[in-house]
Amino acid sequence: MGIEITGVSKRFGDFVALDDVSLSIPSGQLTALLGPSGGGKSTLLRIVAGLESSDEGQVVIEGRDTTGVPAQKRNVGFVFQHYAAFKHMTVAKNVAFGLEIRKRPKAEVKAKVDELLELVHLTQFAHRLPSQLSGGQRQRMALARALAIEPSVLLLDEPFGALDAKVRKELRDWLRRLHDEVHVTTVFVTHDQEEALEVADSLVVINDGRIEQVGTPDDLYDKPASDFVLSFLGPVTTLGDRLIRPHDIEISRYEQAAVVDGPITRWTRVGFEVRLEVTPTDPRHPDPVQVVLTRSDATALGLHPGDRVWLRPQSGADTVVPA
Amino acid sequence: MASRTRAPRTAGTYVRRTVVAVYLFLLVVWPVALVVRHTFDGGTANLEAALTDPVVTTALRLTVVVAVWAVVINTVFGVAISILLVRHEFRGRRVLSALIDLPLSVSPVVVGLALLLAYGGANGALGPTVEGLGLQIAFATPGIVMATAFVALPLVIREVVPVLEEVGTEQEQAARSLGAGGWQTFRRITLPSIKWALVYGVVLSLARSLGEFGAVKIISGNLIGQTQTATLVVEQKYQDFEQGSAYATSFLLALIAVAALVVVTVLRPKEDPDGD
Repeated sequence: MGIEITGVSKRFGDFVALDDVSLSIPSGQLTALLGPSGGGKSTLLRIVAGLESSDEGQVVIEGRDTTGVPAQKRNVGFVFQHYAAFKHMTVAKNVAFGLEIRKRPKAEVKAKVDELLELVHLTQFAHRLPSQLSGGQRQRMALARALAIEPSVLLLDEPFGALDAKVRKELRDWLRRLHDEVHVTTVFVTHDQEEALEVADSLVVINDGRIEQVGTPDDLYDKPASDFVLSFLGPVTTLGDRLIRPHDIEISRYEQAAVVDGPITRWTRVGFEVRLEVTPTDPRHPDPVQVVLTRSDATALGLHPGDRVWLRPQSGADTVVPA
Repeated sequence: MASRTRAPRTAGTYVRRTVVAVYLFLLVVWPVALVVRHTFDGGTANLEAALTDPVVTTALRLTVVVAVWAVVINTVFGVAISILLVRHEFRGRRVLSALIDLPLSVSPVVVGLALLLAYGGANGALGPTVEGLGLQIAFATPGIVMATAFVALPLVIREVVPVLEEVGTEQEQAARSLGAGGWQTFRRITLPSIKWALVYGVVLSLARSLGEFGAVKIISGNLIGQTQTATLVVEQKYQDFEQGSAYATSFLLALIAVAALVVVTVLRPKEDPDGD
């Protein structure tokens, strides 16, 4: 159940947006489609919603084949990056839209709208126009509007992309809590790996129209299937001939069995972090290695700029041989 | 709408204002004011004479009927063509877009002649066929409506197209995903978004339709008391040395057009609510 995507392809002229994508999204979960811009994740979401048609392949939502079913018959809730608020309607009318289209009795519509406005904390704004709301409030309204139709799946296309950093963080936490209350199968598209890692139950990394990896945030972060996933999910550096996260490197001022050694050639302090660059003495690996450690660790190890240090992966750290 | 920053006033500011004011006065305000003054030369006598002259009243009635038909037709087709141009990709879209401006660039006299060639009762390409079906186009109301609709064709479209482009498709897509069909989406989402542009286009079309002269003169045959519209009456009365009636009819034509523009300007919200 949930969403079953089989062999979906989509081309825009010569550009291949999606190349034979198959994916199974389980019911009731919060799934993130993560990837760089232009990678095809939004296209996939829009195909599931019926806002775009696929050239090939099949999408089955909660056991129902949606091939040839227009968007308005799919019962899919969709939230747009730029809110797509109905500008000429009040907040309450926006939320009521799907129910009025379905010709539900007035009393039922009102009760449902009140309940949803309560859920998204917009009760006191019910009679305002969208133009009188902040971006975060508009997106909460759009979410209530999508939830009003009791969709079989809720799809969000870069829902927090147009908001400033602080509001984005608030809404992210709020979406997580909302999903824990409502339990509707939810898929959201994002290019922000922190957002995906923090909010989602499961991640789908999409790049160049293909799926790179599917898994839980821990799986993907700790056991990336490719160097693309490794580098997309967080900072990465080259140690010898392997890729590794800069905070997974063990650094010592004393000679030890090491992959690389050399002087500390750069020293940047950002808050509680110290970011170092070590230029290897071995001419086979001339590129500087990035190392990140806490300030207290750096002090405890007695490190100073210019010191010669020995580097190796910390025990248990995952490394990847680049493709 | 962006707020205009006020630059410091210099001598140049006043020179520019004076030039614009003099230009508009000499070109527009003064001549139109003269028409009004001559209309009321002898009090309301000219108006009374015109309004009791069956030639004038018939012509005014015909003008209103023709203008209403032309506006209705242009509104329906204007909205349909605008949506086609903005929301659909197809071969020949640019050609269609250019073609829509044709009525603005071609002389109305040419339009009248072209319609006569196509629908003229005796020699028109389609005229005899249509006449065989019992419908007279040339030298009758249908022909006048067609000529008027032709010359006013671009006005609704040119008002609606930019607004449709600016509004974008996201609201319509959202409506679809919430279960609205094509007609429901148009009526509840698209139409309210283009409402003011449409009203403005309708008023401009109305004003243009009331004032059409050249195309109507040819296709109508200018039959006094039958197919003569108000603008044709003005010309004829003026040439027949009945200037009083000519001024009064001109005044009434201008009055309707100005009144429509004033009503829209008053009704239109100062700033479109921006939901972005």
